[in-house]
Amino acid sequence: MTHDDEVIGKAYDSRLMRRLMTYLRPYRSQVALAVVAIIGHSVLELAPPYLTKIVIDTYIPARDRSGLAGIAAIYLAVLTGSFGLEYLQTWTMQATGQRIMFDLRMQMMTHLHRLDLRFYDRNPVGRLMTRVTTDVDVLNDLFTSGVVSVFGDVFTLIGIMAVLVWMDWRLALVAFSVLPLIALITQWFRVNVRESYRTVRMWIARINAYLQERFTGMSTVQLFRREARDYDAFDEIDRRHRDANVDSIFYYAVFYPAIEFVSALAAALILWVGGGWVFDNALTLGALVAFLQYSQRFFRPISDLSEKFNVLQGAMASSERIFHLLDTPAEIEVGKRDRSTGRPLSDPGASVTSAPGTIRFENVTFSYGDGEPVLRNVSFDVHPGQRVGIVGATGAGKTTIVSLLLRFYDVQQGRITIDGVDIRDMDLLALRRLFGLVLQDVYLFSGTIASNIRLGDATMTDDTVRRALDAVHASTFVDRMPQGIDAPVVERGSTLSAGQKQLLSFARALAFDPRVLILDEATSSVDTDTELLIRDALTVMMRGRTTVAIAHRLSTIQDMDRILVMHRGELREAGTHQELLAARGIYHRLYQLQFESAAGIAAVRGA
Amino acid sequence: MNTFDPRRRLLRQLMRYRRAFLPGFLCVIVTTSLSLTGPWVLRYAIDDLQTALTLGKVRLYAVALLGLAAGAGLFRFLMRRIIIGASRNFEYDLRNEFFAALQRMHLGYFQQTRTGDLMSRATNDLSAVRMMIGPAVMYSATTGLTFVVALVLMWSIHPWLTAVALVPLPFVTLAVKYFGSAIHKRFERIQEQLSDVSAVTQESLAGVRVVRAYGREHVELELFRRANEEYVQRNRALIRLQGMYFPSMGLLMGIGALLVLWIGSREVIAGRMTVGALVAFNAYLMMLGWPMIAFGWVTNLLQRGLASWKRMLEVLDAAPAIHDPEPSDRAELTDIRGAIEFRHLTFGYGDHVVLRDVSLVIPAGTTTAIVGATGSGKSTLLSVLPRIHDAPPGTVFIDGVDVRRIPLATLRGAIGFVAQEPFLFSTSIADNIAFGVRVDETTRERIEAAAAIARLDKDLSGFPKGYDTIVGERGITLSGGQKQRTAIARALAVDPKILVLDDALSAVDTHTEEEILQRLGAVLRHRTSIIVSHRVSTVRGADQIVVLDEGRVAEVGTHDELVRRGGLYADLSRKQMLEDELAAS
Repeated sequence: MTHDDEVIGKAYDSRLMRRLMTYLRPYRSQVALAVVAIIGHSVLELAPPYLTKIVIDTYIPARDRSGLAGIAAIYLAVLTGSFGLEYLQTWTMQATGQRIMFDLRMQMMTHLHRLDLRFYDRNPVGRLMTRVTTDVDVLNDLFTSGVVSVFGDVFTLIGIMAVLVWMDWRLALVAFSVLPLIALITQWFRVNVRESYRTVRMWIARINAYLQERFTGMSTVQLFRREARDYDAFDEIDRRHRDANVDSIFYYAVFYPAIEFVSALAAALILWVGGGWVFDNALTLGALVAFLQYSQRFFRPISDLSEKFNVLQGAMASSERIFHLLDTPAEIEVGKRDRSTGRPLSDPGASVTSAPGTIRFENVTFSYGDGEPVLRNVSFDVHPGQRVGIVGATGAGKTTIVSLLLRFYDVQQGRITIDGVDIRDMDLLALRRLFGLVLQDVYLFSGTIASNIRLGDATMTDDTVRRALDAVHASTFVDRMPQGIDAPVVERGSTLSAGQKQLLSFARALAFDPRVLILDEATSSVDTDTELLIRDALTVMMRGRTTVAIAHRLSTIQDMDRILVMHRGELREAGTHQELLAARGIYHRLYQLQFESAAGIAAVRGA
Repeated sequence: MNTFDPRRRLLRQLMRYRRAFLPGFLCVIVTTSLSLTGPWVLRYAIDDLQTALTLGKVRLYAVALLGLAAGAGLFRFLMRRIIIGASRNFEYDLRNEFFAALQRMHLGYFQQTRTGDLMSRATNDLSAVRMMIGPAVMYSATTGLTFVVALVLMWSIHPWLTAVALVPLPFVTLAVKYFGSAIHKRFERIQEQLSDVSAVTQESLAGVRVVRAYGREHVELELFRRANEEYVQRNRALIRLQGMYFPSMGLLMGIGALLVLWIGSREVIAGRMTVGALVAFNAYLMMLGWPMIAFGWVTNLLQRGLASWKRMLEVLDAAPAIHDPEPSDRAELTDIRGAIEFRHLTFGYGDHVVLRDVSLVIPAGTTTAIVGATGSGKSTLLSVLPRIHDAPPGTVFIDGVDVRRIPLATLRGAIGFVAQEPFLFSTSIADNIAFGVRVDETTRERIEAAAAIARLDKDLSGFPKGYDTIVGERGITLSGGQKQRTAIARALAVDPKILVLDDALSAVDTHTEEEILQRLGAVLRHRTSIIVSHRVSTVRGADQIVVLDEGRVAEVGTHDELVRRGGLYADLSRKQMLEDELAAS
């Protein structure tokens, strides 16, 4: 199995490149400015050798000291201009690159917030993080050092060639005679380096995978006394990686000296041929010196160009992964869509009426992926103001009911309606606004107590926050904190106890004053005092609200209006506590189980 | 143990590669000298052209120029191969040592240290150390040498002009220093903001259910937009400065060249210097430019490399908490029979006490079952046996010998251990089963026999590739039950005297469990076994059942004895009968 992070794509893919270029479009004027600056800079860079020529050919023979001062002044102007243009170019291009990265990250994040939960089930958060941060940064290299400097390099090459031809086209031809050699060397280098780069990357990936696995499974390794054999296996991978690297050193070690040698060859040819012409007065000495200096500058961009290859290759691989993410369609859209064509409808979706509606599951069947259905043909009603409890063993499908109601997933068969309207025809945000959800594992964001209640709703007053905290008895511990509701909460609320986190999530649900309350009771055990607080808070919250509660402790739901008993994805029993007990079915056994074990342990401990 | 200064440690490590570095430095000297001779030849060539000597001589210079370039190129090639090659060897050895050091660490170390952190040391830090001893060393040597020799040569051409050419040098040094530290500061601010961006992303993606349920997508996006904007702003602050770096260098270097051309030409007019000398002087000045720029870069590599080297030493020098007994203390056990005893064992992690005064005798060849609630200390009790965790001396014995005195290889070789959540490796099923087996011609038979007992054979016949099926990372392609049974086969394949099953059948269905227990029966006859389970059906046949409650031994006896006693075990047994009834409905 290959992980898509390890796949190394082509070095250049015109389809990807064209798509990348579309991100430049909003910044057309900046890009144009940068290009003009690059060209200007390249032209000015051509000046110094030519100034040297003038000095040697004109002013030194004429012993013209004031002329020299004039040249110095021009030189200074060229330097200053060159400085300004280079800075302008770097700044414009890199700053624009940053804006493009900003746009790209926003686009990805917006898309991620649109994708449905099935996508999140398949993709670990770590991988998504890599897309948004690392991959985008790799792409940035393309804009900052890759594309632009390649353009500059190419322009410098063209400029030098033009000046050489203009000064003396015959000697220029002599200098250019080494170009085929350059082309050959570069081609040889490019092909081999790409190949060895791939090999090195492959071995690095193997090393990382091996280390990652052994680090996590080290105690298994030790228990089975595999250390020596594992060391040998690792040594083998490590050695192959080194050998691959040593191979790639060979190509670099040949390439740079070879280019330098060709550059010297060009200089020697210029001296050999041009020297003869100077001798015959067919060429000035200054022109010869200028030619020699230009030939030196000529080869630098060429070796630079080859180095850009790795940047390009990495950027292509990253952009491929980014686009793959952006192209993943969202199965559940915020706006209402025509269910047969999938096209958005102009109608924003059946508006949600202000009166609390009747929730109805009609023959709902659902499975995650292609496996066994988690829910089979489930039908039930929840009437306005009713309090309904759902019980059943782990894996009976209780949590799935909640996920479907909130459209985290869409049903595969049957339908869910509110006041007779299919929830798939409703505006998604309006639908979710109906519910106040308390999840099994409470998720707290880093921020403050208040920000975790508000969840970014700026219109919610401190007063509302406090009242919500009061109502669920969370004030008892919040007030003890020095900063009160502004007390900091770290990531995932890890400094708070399980009970405190539960109370906060109650307050959060209550603060939004939802029409329907959905509770997925936490399984984690809390101390008796907190347990009592939680139970009391639940009563407060349910008062006057339609409630759907998933319970693990039967005591929570004993006095509910209706209890649904789920068993292996099917709704097996429904009724009040007393009715269900009297029926002596599954509920009765579940009840006995909890009662028996609780009583049993108490008896033993007490003994 | 090693309280050496990290730099001294590094030097000592490097001494191993002196055979490579010495010829490497020799190549540096040769290639630099040859490169520096080039402009000198040019000087005579141009002067000769002016004074109209023979054309033949000029052509001789051309050939000499080519010869010098060839020689310089050859030695440059050798230099790179030798020095960078040595740095790759260094990297290879160090990575192996790093791996070996971690192989000696106990489980607790891996629990305290995040895998990501170790990985980062094995990759980023190692690479930074290599850059320090490879490219950084190579470039410092070439640039340092070039700098000194070029200056001397320039001085010999025209001392006063050399001084003029060096006018920008102090500014260059200042600029390098200023930009270096300022860029570093801004870079750190970017890194801080990047971790902010990551944190925001992480939170809003990990909390996706809450975000969706409360319709907070726009709030999260706004938070992200702000973090992203700040990140861009800080990057732009860096660019504003960094974008200035190379142009400034170009400007300062250019001013040097300008002064040389201007004043040098006046010297030529005054007859104190030839045109050839001026051209050569200019060429040397060009050669000086690179070392000045490279200086900042190399310093940076060295600083980073040294910091990384220290981080690597933290791992390389960490003393393993669990190791072989000292030779004087070593008990030579040739054949372990498998009698186990825990004597007043109290054990905990830090302040958290898990086992309290546990005493238990497990005679060789018997089966002991352990039951108890989550957190009652079952797994911990098992883990001190093969010394995954170390119990205090004098508390855990095998055949009457303290396990801390038995060589680790002997001890662990005698124990077949199946953990609660077995860790499988991403190879074939056959390789996973044979994980602890020395490969020989009987390996295949052993694998198949072990797989048959673990009832894995019937699953394997359904896989197209059978035993050669690759199990994927952590055995992801297998079901929970298949993973557990593979782990059981893996433990059986080593033919251990003591078999430890830590809730190893929890994900196996009851019917298969029954079959496995039956088959195990024959195998266990000659072995000591400890089986942890929640299921009464699994433990009822054991010679003795131990009930742990909050780290203490609450009850010991056979199934019938304990049921009659009416304690914790009897309660568990009753509860399970109800559950079975429920499952059947």
